[in-house]
Amino acid sequence: MAEAATRKPRGKGPKEPAMSRDELLRAYRDMLLIRRFEEKAGQLYGMGLIGGFCHLYIGQEAVVVGLTMCTKPGDQVITSYRDHGHMLATGMEARGVMAELTGRIGGYSKGKGGSMHMFSREKGFYGGHGIVGAQVPLGAGLAFANWYRGNDNVAMTYFGEGASNQGQVYESLNLAALFKLPVIFVIENNKYGMGTSVERASASKDLSKNGAPWGIPGEQVNGMDVIAVKEAGERAVAHCRAGNGPYLLEMKTYRYRGHSMSDPAKYRTREEVQKMREQSDCIDTARKLLLESYGVTEAELKVIDDEVKAIVQDSADFAQTSPEPDESELYTDILIEAR
Amino acid sequence: MPRMTANDALTSALIEEMRRDSRVLMFGEGVATKRRDLLEEFGAARVRNTPLAEGIIAGTAAGAAATGLRPVIDLLFAPFLCYAMDEIVNSAGKLRYLSGGQFAFPMVVLAATGAGWGVGAQHNHNIEAWFAHSPGLKVAMPSTPADFKGLLKAAIRDDNPVLFFTDLALGFTEGDVTDEVVPLGQAAIRRNGRDVTLISYAKTVHTCLAAAEQLADRGISAEVLDLRTLKPLDEETVLASARRTGRVVVVHEASRMCGIGAEVAAIVAEKAFRDLRAPVLRLTGPDAPAPASFPLEQAFVPQPGQIVTTVRDLLGTRDVRDVELAGVPV
Ligand SMILES: Cc1ncc(C[n+]2csc(CCOP(=O)(O)OP(=O)(O)O)c2C)c(N)n1
Ligand SMILES: [Mg+2]
Repeated sequence: MAEAATRKPRGKGPKEPAMSRDELLRAYRDMLLIRRFEEKAGQLYGMGLIGGFCHLYIGQEAVVVGLTMCTKPGDQVITSYRDHGHMLATGMEARGVMAELTGRIGGYSKGKGGSMHMFSREKGFYGGHGIVGAQVPLGAGLAFANWYRGNDNVAMTYFGEGASNQGQVYESLNLAALFKLPVIFVIENNKYGMGTSVERASASKDLSKNGAPWGIPGEQVNGMDVIAVKEAGERAVAHCRAGNGPYLLEMKTYRYRGHSMSDPAKYRTREEVQKMREQSDCIDTARKLLLESYGVTEAELKVIDDEVKAIVQDSADFAQTSPEPDESELYTDILIEAR
Repeated sequence: MPRMTANDALTSALIEEMRRDSRVLMFGEGVATKRRDLLEEFGAARVRNTPLAEGIIAGTAAGAAATGLRPVIDLLFAPFLCYAMDEIVNSAGKLRYLSGGQFAFPMVVLAATGAGWGVGAQHNHNIEAWFAHSPGLKVAMPSTPADFKGLLKAAIRDDNPVLFFTDLALGFTEGDVTDEVVPLGQAAIRRNGRDVTLISYAKTVHTCLAAAEQLADRGISAEVLDLRTLKPLDEETVLASARRTGRVVVVHEASRMCGIGAEVAAIVAEKAFRDLRAPVLRLTGPDAPAPASFPLEQAFVPQPGQIVTTVRDLLGTRDVRDVELAGVPV
């Protein structure tokens, strides 16, 4: 992990950048939006405005931002309960996400789903799943639909290294390989589950090889580097769109915060967290690169910072003013009435 | 008598039973992390973290139990049991029968559920009735710290697979706790009354007790019966109380359709019909997934006020304050 995280960006340097200036600016903006959004969510949680569980994505932003840059309309995204970043990356509105966190009617699930369960048909975001591993077979199903319809869309299916030990994950790998489904399995290996490190939960030492028995190509990627993530994503997407079947990406990443909001984090040292933050932070890295190699000015970044701040503040305001759902909402959206 | 929280009572049952019987062991996702004191006393082989995979956790438990070990597994939240359904229902629940009685499956499955934390439908789902519906399994769901301990001790000593559900909202409630083993299959009368029997289990027992208080202020005497074990169900205590009061309201958080309330109502109707003075009513959670929003979650769960209204309806009048209640015919 430490190795992967400190590795230099895989881009070929400023002469032949792996990301254009605009792309890296865009990536920076999206990562920053997720970071600031999550920080605000943490604050609102602390103020008692958010109930239930709330799993922050802080530290892992480069993964979803880099990969989402490889998608096109019609592609699907599905993930676990650590889902706020994925939603913002797919272009879902910060307001709707934050209001779902506070359980308001203006939230994406009208307050019924909460932090772990949000969706947007329009943006191709299929959730937000509270059952660890549950999204993986569904991701295979989304890919099946793409294959069946004969389009070249792909299903980005994210899950944690902890989730990678669920039986359904292996069933999904087998079926996806057998049927040659256009699904990209993304293991977000942030080293820990709820309190168990990957070494203590997986006999497999290299999770990128978890698809190998079924012939699924896999790569280990420095998930703290948005450029490396995007490059790997392009390879995966090209493989899938060409009809070659599934692809697996193990993203070596790290979450800075606790598993959920009340996590004593006895399973790791403060120094470990500090080291990752200081040496491998995806936003700091992108910022530095933009300033030093892409000729971007502090003033330009300030405009982005301000824009992001405004979006997040607006979402927090909305999340506190949108009304609570009416009691009648208990009985809606359960079954579809015959017409 | 020591006072302790329900969570601590549960832990003390685990410790005592592990001391008592070396065949008792515990594993599950994070159990060794969460239960450090057990790990220290009993060692890493007996208190063991597993990968995050409920199917294999339950399957390993069933296999080990078939050879005579007595595993206790913690599957965290009740909805996660869906991953372990085959191992619990088809294996642990049926293999004794399928083998003509050659094997026993002395295992306990712990899982938490219930409203109070706003965690939404994939962490909060009162699925206890599913297991009562499956042959070969026992199901317990305590309401007091004493029962968290006493019933769990009985569950661990039982030679059958026992599903032990804990109500999330009760974990930090305090109560007096003894070393007593509370046998499975025995209901408890929590309050004596004459006019109506409120039958419940887990958190809503306390809702019924609160309602009984309010009813008493209005001159209505409600008996409160805590089932404690859902399977085997203590028919005798249920029927005796139903016959005494002639009116029964079953209260639970789980959905109404095919819930425990349906079973209790059917038993009372079948076996105590002559003594009933009113139809058996159910006050339950709706046939809906549990919502995350706090006000919706509260609206999901039966509240004391609803019980009071239901009982007053059952007694034939809403405005009973001015009415002489003794012997009001319905
Ligand atoms: C089926 C199921 N089992 C257990 C849990 C409790 N749980 C929630 S997250 C988690 C750890 C998951 O770790 P990982 O897959 O690495 O994802 P991360 O949280 O690191 O993003 C556990 C055990 C759950 N939600 N669902
Ligand atoms: Mg993880």
